[in-house]
Amino acid sequence: MRDERPLAAVPRPVLATLVAAFLLQIGSQFIQPRPVARAEALPSLPAAGAIRVASLGEPVALAQLMTLYLQAFDNQPGISIPFRELDYSRVIQWLDTIVRIDPAGQYPLMLASQVYFQVPDLPRQRQMAEFVHAQFLQDPNGRWRWLAHVAIMAKHRLHDDALALRYAADLSRLAPAAPNWARQMQIFILEGIGELESAKIMLGGLLAEGHLTDEHEIRFLTQRLEELKNVENQTPMTKNGQFSRPPKPVLQ
Amino acid sequence: MDLRRILTLARFTLLEAWRTRLPAHYLFGLALIFGAAFFFQQLAITESDRVQIVFSAAASRLIAVFVLSLHILTSVVREFNDKGLELTMSFDLRRSHYVAGRATGYLMIAFAMAVVAGAAQLIQAPAPAVLQWTLSLALELAVVTALSLFCVMTFTNFLPAAGFVAGFYLLARTLSAIQLMSTSPLAIENPLSHQVMSWLIDGLSLVMPALDRFTQSIWLVEAMAGWPALGACAVQAILYAALLFSAAMFDFYRRNL
Repeated sequence: MRDERPLAAVPRPVLATLVAAFLLQIGSQFIQPRPVARAEALPSLPAAGAIRVASLGEPVALAQLMTLYLQAFDNQPGISIPFRELDYSRVIQWLDTIVRIDPAGQYPLMLASQVYFQVPDLPRQRQMAEFVHAQFLQDPNGRWRWLAHVAIMAKHRLHDDALALRYAADLSRLAPAAPNWARQMQIFILEGIGELESAKIMLGGLLAEGHLTDEHEIRFLTQRLEELKNVENQTPMTKNGQFSRPPKPVLQ
Repeated sequence: MDLRRILTLARFTLLEAWRTRLPAHYLFGLALIFGAAFFFQQLAITESDRVQIVFSAAASRLIAVFVLSLHILTSVVREFNDKGLELTMSFDLRRSHYVAGRATGYLMIAFAMAVVAGAAQLIQAPAPAVLQWTLSLALELAVVTALSLFCVMTFTNFLPAAGFVAGFYLLARTLSAIQLMSTSPLAIENPLSHQVMSWLIDGLSLVMPALDRFTQSIWLVEAMAGWPALGACAVQAILYAALLFSAAMFDFYRRNL
């Protein structure tokens, strides 16, 4: 306990001022309106070089902080903004800058393909898909998984077979480090859209290359190739080389 | 007679600030800030003037608060340690006069610092906006003066007093945002703890000044604050400074010297 003089040592005017000021403070704050949440627009970013300077030699740490800020941006204090109200060009600018500062980081691409792609708005979904594709082209072996996801989404969510095929073809052509299921995606998309001839050629080529080592996988793909050949013999072909009805895949 | 004593103490407080080179340190800090602001203006691809004004205004505000509070804390702690307080109180002087004299001197320093920061902004922002910004900074520094004096009178040591001033200032600047976050629909995983936290934050907002409404750099580049808003800041600052000065006096009267 501190050695203190009694309360009576304090002059009454000082005590009165203290109590009055305290009560007035509470009263004045009580009648103030509560703070109101306002949706703020995502600010534009300076160039990646300037951000590197501002990171004080810790660009990766700053990139992580920027990612978290962007991720939380739709939940501003006291308000939640629907994704469709976000300026997607600005969001892409942020994601692009973060990837430039920290090229090894996968977080921004995960956000692009798994979070921002989920917006129920086709133009925005396409914007995000193109962003992921552009980033994949910078580092195919490091970023193939995000393009694989976007290719599947392009087929089933956007119902854009041509786009899905383009992404799957790039994946197969440019990402040798990707696992076989991802590189074979192009074959199944071709098969799904009735391009059986192309699918057959690609599947035959894949088996002939000799890169496949798993016996089960080789047997499964050989079986699929035989099925494609059987379907080709049974199904009438259209003028442009497509089969009239895509066959259902038969899994055994 | 009483006023003369208070003014004498205030004059000595000003003299102490001059002799400890407070103006030189403050001007050097401001010069560094304006140099950095110019550098950022050169880096910016667009809105370069806006970048310069916003950075320099926000940083000037922070350095004014930092320099002023450190000066007050070191000055009073030095007086405690050198037994200068005992010497002063051995004269025919009431304790309330001592606090009032010190507070008057520090408030004069605070207003001078606000004027210097505002004058520096005049070279890049419109005069009416700078006037409002300067007045608001002066009011904010008055609260910081009262807070620093109260903390150093209560804790008597530099470290706890500086820690409390820094924590209090940061909380006062962020409390509105924290209050908004506490009402977010995302934060309802545990309704009871959320409710308790919400009450606690609402309670804190009643006893703390809302410093986030003061001295915003956006006044210099977008819309001016408006005189009613500045009036509300003035009422808040006067009230809170009175509360803290009387709390400092209360503590000082109860202390055995």
